[in-house]
Amino acid sequence: MSKAFVPTAAKPGVITANDLREGHNVWMCEDGWTADPAQATLFEDEAIANLALLKAVGQSNIVVGPYLVEARRGPNGPEPTHFREAFRQRGPSNYFHGIQTAKQAEASNV
Amino acid sequence: MFDVRPVETDYVRHRAAQFRAQVERRLDGSLTEDEFRPLRLMNGVYLQLHAYMLRIAIPYGTISPDQMRMLAHLAETYDKGYGHWTTRQNIQFNWPRLVDIPDMLDKLASVGMHAIQTSGNTIRNVTTDAFAGAAADEWMDPRPYAELLRSWSTDHAEFQFLPRKFKIAITGAARDRALVAAHDIGLRLIQKDGQTGFEVWVGGGLGRTPMLGKVIRDFLPEADLLAYIEAIISTYNLSGRRDNKYKARIKITVHERGLDVFKAEVEEEFLNRRRDFHGADREALAIFRDRFAAPAFRNAPVDGYEAERARNGAFRSWTDTNLHPHKVDGYASVIVTFKTPGETPGDASADQMRLLADLAERYGHADLRISHDQNVVLPHVHKSDLPAVYAALQGAGLATANAGLTSDIIACPGMDYCTLATARSIPIAQEIATHFKNNGLEDEIGKLNIRISGCINACGHHHLGHIGILGLDRAGVENYQITLGGDGYDIPAIGERAGAGFPYDQVVPAIDRLLRAYLEVRADASERFIDAYRRLGPAPFKAALYPEPAHA
Repeated sequence: MSKAFVPTAAKPGVITANDLREGHNVWMCEDGWTADPAQATLFEDEAIANLALLKAVGQSNIVVGPYLVEARRGPNGPEPTHFREAFRQRGPSNYFHGIQTAKQAEASNV
Repeated sequence: MFDVRPVETDYVRHRAAQFRAQVERRLDGSLTEDEFRPLRLMNGVYLQLHAYMLRIAIPYGTISPDQMRMLAHLAETYDKGYGHWTTRQNIQFNWPRLVDIPDMLDKLASVGMHAIQTSGNTIRNVTTDAFAGAAADEWMDPRPYAELLRSWSTDHAEFQFLPRKFKIAITGAARDRALVAAHDIGLRLIQKDGQTGFEVWVGGGLGRTPMLGKVIRDFLPEADLLAYIEAIISTYNLSGRRDNKYKARIKITVHERGLDVFKAEVEEEFLNRRRDFHGADREALAIFRDRFAAPAFRNAPVDGYEAERARNGAFRSWTDTNLHPHKVDGYASVIVTFKTPGETPGDASADQMRLLADLAERYGHADLRISHDQNVVLPHVHKSDLPAVYAALQGAGLATANAGLTSDIIACPGMDYCTLATARSIPIAQEIATHFKNNGLEDEIGKLNIRISGCINACGHHHLGHIGILGLDRAGVENYQITLGGDGYDIPAIGERAGAGFPYDQVVPAIDRLLRAYLEVRADASERFIDAYRRLGPAPFKAALYPEPAHA
């Protein structure tokens, strides 16, 4: 569903995928891929986004299944607009596992 | 003692080595993801919402203590300390790294386990009654036939690229606990004129088009089992819809073409196929019968058990709900529920797995089963050992007396893990179970089967729940449809949708109103929810779910 998303200035988007070796979620950022969705590049132009997506597809030795998905500009970086992406960014609700543990570790180091 | 370890360990090791080489080629860029994906799926490796997932086969839910300990080891070494029992009697690990999976498969192979055909359009794990070989109402143990089907279907060259996945269930008991009517092929062991055979069902399944199967053969002599199953699947292989994934299951083939047309082709093909079977299957079956021979049951007094029941109310309550009648006097099958209110249905920690392995060895003739309702069964426990088993389970948080009750909820992983999901399942299950624990109504409500799926694919079997809950995405918000009147056991039935869906935070209040209405309208305490629903129809229950707005 998300793969057909076309970003515009009014409805920007991010590119996200899974890390090939580890499997965790990653987002395309200025200098590659990040596990922190707040660092993701926000695309507002269809052509630039599609070019970036092509680049992501070409990095299949690093990531799996890259796709464009809607995001909104938030005070600390891109934020999800759909609950599926919100869960991908937060981790499961039944255990404190996955991406949320990395966020907590980062917060405690600040 | 039986031996569940498959004999083809060398083959399993070979497959693990093959997958290791495939992973290496994927990592070094020799294989693209499009090339690698079908290879990893053939070995049970999915890419889910947060991570890879490895689904490991537990043939017909039967597992030995050393295999269970290996699962515990994998949970601790490569996952986050736990595994998840699935509704098809398998186990899933939610967090493995791709680079670790070859090591996991090697270790599984060392105990005769694997992940072959736990995904893909192949014949999946053959499932059966979790009380097989033990149940008082069983007249023949179906596991030798299940093992025959497993060994025949594993790597069956003709059936590696079926139109869609294919699921077979088999039962040998009076009460169908294997859900034969909800499988692509369902088999009921029966006897006719002194001869053993099968009533063969075809075309059942849940998912987006739920259908109960139809009987394609009233009586199939047992000697013809593989030839007939092969005839059904080869007929489907040619005539199944490959043009549309959503119409590719055999249930649609049978429905669209008609049972009579399909059956005629199967019967013709059966005559051809039968010529190819020269007795090797009969020899294999004889070996499997030996492998599944009943353990050496002991004859001992049960006075201690009765005394403990009289003395300890909690133990009595647990024995009232969590035991299943055994065919041998003095024995019972123990249902260890992984449904403690507030916990994730079907999740087992490594320590819990090890405890179960120890208990099975010490008290349970070294036999363990994974049930389709995401619990574990110790099929053969002498009643004199039950106080000790109960005490050990209590220490591991596994002695909840709720088998078959409101909190014994079947739930798929939902959007907390699954990439196909449209809404979450687990927290809904947790909240319902906690709610009815806290309000103290669970015992009063009695037997109830709630099942939750996080998408239309129905891994939580919501259609077969007395109360079914289906999580959907409605305009970007989680929304839950409720179905009523489903049954997977006594009178197989697909539940009917009650009405409009509920937002996430309204599901528990809706179920609360529904069950309080049931308590009001039931004839007496012995009338289960499903019985009251059948007697009264949906009206009083819909009225409870959708009350008229109060007017000032």
